[in-house]
Amino acid sequence: MQKIEEKAKKALKKKATYGEDIELEKFIRQAEPVSYANLDPEEQKRLHQTGLDLSKQEHSGAFFQSDCSVVHCQSTYKGLEVLPIKEAIQDPEKIKDYCWRAVSVDTDKYTAAAELDLDNGYFIRALPGEKVIYPVQACLYIRKEKFAQHLHNIIIAEEGSELHIITGCATSPHLVSGLHIGVSEFYIKKGAKLTFTMIHNWGEDVYVRPRSGIIIEEDGVFISNYISLGPVRSLQTYPSATLAGRGAVARFNSILVAPPGSELDIGAKVTLKAPGAKAEIISRAISAGGKIIARGLLVGEVPGIKAHLECKGLILSEKGIIRAIPELEGQASGVDMSHEAAVGKIAQEEIEYLMARGLSEEEATSTIVRGFLNVQIDGLPAELQAEIDAAVKESEKALI
Amino acid sequence: MLELKDLWVEVEGREILKGVNLKIEQGETHILFGKNGSGKTTLLLTLMGFSRYKIINGAIIFKGQDITAFSPHERAKLGMGISFQRPPTLHGVRLRDMLTICGNGSGRGEILATQYNFAEFLDREVNRGFSGGEIKKSELLQLLAQDPDLVLLDEPESGVDVENLNVIGQMIKELLQKKLKRHRQKSGLIISHTGFILNYLEADKGHILLEGKIHCQGNPREMFEEIQRHGYEECARCRR
Repeated sequence: MQKIEEKAKKALKKKATYGEDIELEKFIRQAEPVSYANLDPEEQKRLHQTGLDLSKQEHSGAFFQSDCSVVHCQSTYKGLEVLPIKEAIQDPEKIKDYCWRAVSVDTDKYTAAAELDLDNGYFIRALPGEKVIYPVQACLYIRKEKFAQHLHNIIIAEEGSELHIITGCATSPHLVSGLHIGVSEFYIKKGAKLTFTMIHNWGEDVYVRPRSGIIIEEDGVFISNYISLGPVRSLQTYPSATLAGRGAVARFNSILVAPPGSELDIGAKVTLKAPGAKAEIISRAISAGGKIIARGLLVGEVPGIKAHLECKGLILSEKGIIRAIPELEGQASGVDMSHEAAVGKIAQEEIEYLMARGLSEEEATSTIVRGFLNVQIDGLPAELQAEIDAAVKESEKALI
Repeated sequence: MLELKDLWVEVEGREILKGVNLKIEQGETHILFGKNGSGKTTLLLTLMGFSRYKIINGAIIFKGQDITAFSPHERAKLGMGISFQRPPTLHGVRLRDMLTICGNGSGRGEILATQYNFAEFLDREVNRGFSGGEIKKSELLQLLAQDPDLVLLDEPESGVDVENLNVIGQMIKELLQKKLKRHRQKSGLIISHTGFILNYLEADKGHILLEGKIHCQGNPREMFEEIQRHGYEECARCRR
């Protein structure tokens, strides 16, 4: 542990590879404790939009942290553990193989800050063979103005288990500025399946720096769905997945909207290390005036792997910028890797096709945008797909 | 129902239609013949109001109203409908949604899809990966759901296999109320290359579009036989 701390200390000033550099000193680290009763109706509505509904019966567990306080943490299913990470750390046996293994503590100053000055985070584990049908809800919320939230999450899907997590990260509707630093480590064991759906709702001057690493063993499946449809000052994330075992699968889907003044630098890297491994990175990006950089890197190290990258961007405003950077690296013959990227505006022909069917120009545009964002995700429970659809529908009103 | 008065149209700076005059009465079906590149599709897409087709002179009168400056949406609302030859693919928009749009929220489209053996396509994205025949069926289903008073069909038979020709024929008859012996309300303008459509429905008039103008007009069946025998050039010379 001491070694980790030393490494972290050395990285405290280390700038990240991508994204604007953030001066951590500009944010505050103290916040008052919060309970659910402190939240006003507007805040509760905000949480609801990100998928957190503690009144809902149909979840297996829930975790809610506001600033540095864990407000709610519960597992209602016996094959599932949900704990605040600070509590999990107390049991070294529990986390020794999982702490800073999928993400390096010295990746940059954000990972270092999460290690050296941690607020909390969650530890979620599905026990071997357990199929946790109802999603676990997690929400990480910033409420205090100028607060920098430091989180570390560890998620383990043990052998043969199945786990669905929906996480809404958000800031209070009253908040102007804040910083979210979230380290997430995922371990998908042999034959396990994890879907991780993130619906984010930030504020106009909020900075977001998630740092995620995923290790997937033989026949394990990891599906990540990332949805950010509202304004955010600067968001940069580049999760890295390693397909370590035969037949392991990783899929990253992202649905992104950048309003004016927002900058989203989002990507994923997947390293395919075993035969039969499959990876897919799919993104749909809409700029309504903001800037989006959509990255993707697939590295095929052995023959018999299959990987595809797809990035589609739609620019709805004259000032919008979308930059697609798809990269493929094949290190052996017999890899099957491809990518497609397209950036443009809505084709007039498509709008008029719909107008000829009776829609006004506005309705036609909205139908096309909705269709563009409509990513049907294989293997996602209907309830989560409905959450995504609802979030997309909500954003559409603001776009058109 | 429809009257075109000296219609001149250009596409990307090129004059395609050079003074088209045409009149279609209520309940009438007209067939438009013409060589490739003669401007048939341009005429149909101009009638529907597509922005790529610039009207430089003349007028379109529909149901007594000058609609020359109307958008496709306004024309559709007034009762005009079109089946495209090569419609665009709408990503993420399912045929089910499209039929709801066409039927103005009614479930009529889905019932029709089942009736015409096309229900398995309801959850497919519109035109994505559709074969030529499937595109035609999907287009006609959309029109049936929309139920327009003036039906514009751009080569409804092209790319359709023999088995499905009959279904396409039935759908067009339904659109044009061909079962009614009198008091037909629906009118149609159909582009046909092969004349196949004449085996399925009685059309009232035929026209030949050549070099951007309408030349002969007459009985469509006789005209088609003439074209088969002597080609379009003979028609151009004859200029009845």
